[in-house]
Amino acid sequence: MRVAFLFLAAFLASGVEMVEALTIVLAVGVTRGWRSTLIGVGAAALVLAAIVGSLGPALTLVPLDALRLVVGGLLLAFGLQWLRKAILRASGFKALHDEAEIYAREREEAARAGRDERAGLDWYSFTLSFKGVLLEGLEVAFIVISFGADRGGSVAIAAGAAGAALVIVVVAGVVVRAPLARVPENTLKFAVGLMLTTFGTFWGAEGAGVSWPGSDAALPVLFAVLLGVSATLVAVLRRGRVPRTAT
Amino acid sequence: MKHLAAFGRFWYEFVVGDDWTVAAGIVVALGLVALVAHHDVAAWWLMPIAVVALLTTSVWRATR
Repeated sequence: MRVAFLFLAAFLASGVEMVEALTIVLAVGVTRGWRSTLIGVGAAALVLAAIVGSLGPALTLVPLDALRLVVGGLLLAFGLQWLRKAILRASGFKALHDEAEIYAREREEAARAGRDERAGLDWYSFTLSFKGVLLEGLEVAFIVISFGADRGGSVAIAAGAAGAALVIVVVAGVVVRAPLARVPENTLKFAVGLMLTTFGTFWGAEGAGVSWPGSDAALPVLFAVLLGVSATLVAVLRRGRVPRTAT
Repeated sequence: MKHLAAFGRFWYEFVVGDDWTVAAGIVVALGLVALVAHHDVAAWWLMPIAVVALLTTSVWRATR
């Protein structure tokens, strides 16, 4: 069950971040040409692979409890950020993430930017696609690495999930040739926030010396509690928001 | 120096994000759990309560 939960968390987190990276890459590629854009994508992918490839095995040298404490804390920091934003979006306190709108804005900016050739590359296309893929992918890389806290090949499972998400998003992008605006991104981010926070709570406490009642069976219970609290927060905030917007 | 500051800002925003009190709260909560667990007292219930409290207060502050 833990493996399935882990796979799903890595798959969804990767999928969501890659949909966002795809929007930037498509906007730049369609507007300014593909060569420099794709070289930027490849360079960022190499950097991300190097981060996972070097840090992942290095984590096996860290004592398990210390690793779980640090990784749990990091996953909690990431998870609570995702969850907080998702709750604010779902309750109307923050604008929903709109890929079509971002795509249009990126295309406009890419068309306006001047041409700066360096090393035979359109520098704007290269840096924008490089930064877009690297920044969106960095969190995924850290999530994949942090699943090393589970040992037993979990980094490989999480990396496999991220790879599967990458293939699906790239194929969908090539087929659709437009931003994947129909992907329910805000709902997926909600789910990812819940999963990361669940793992962070579980591993962080284990690293601090806690034994969970029921061991792995505590994971779905934690998930359900967090889901209930988050849904309640959304409902309360939605109700409280109506009179305020009316005045 | 400018690049170093930008590098530091990037990692701060990456890990800490919009609300520093959440990151600080996580550190305090994990420390507290470790302290209680060290005295052979069941501490598993502490972390979920801390996480729910951190989430609720952070969301509440963001809407005020």
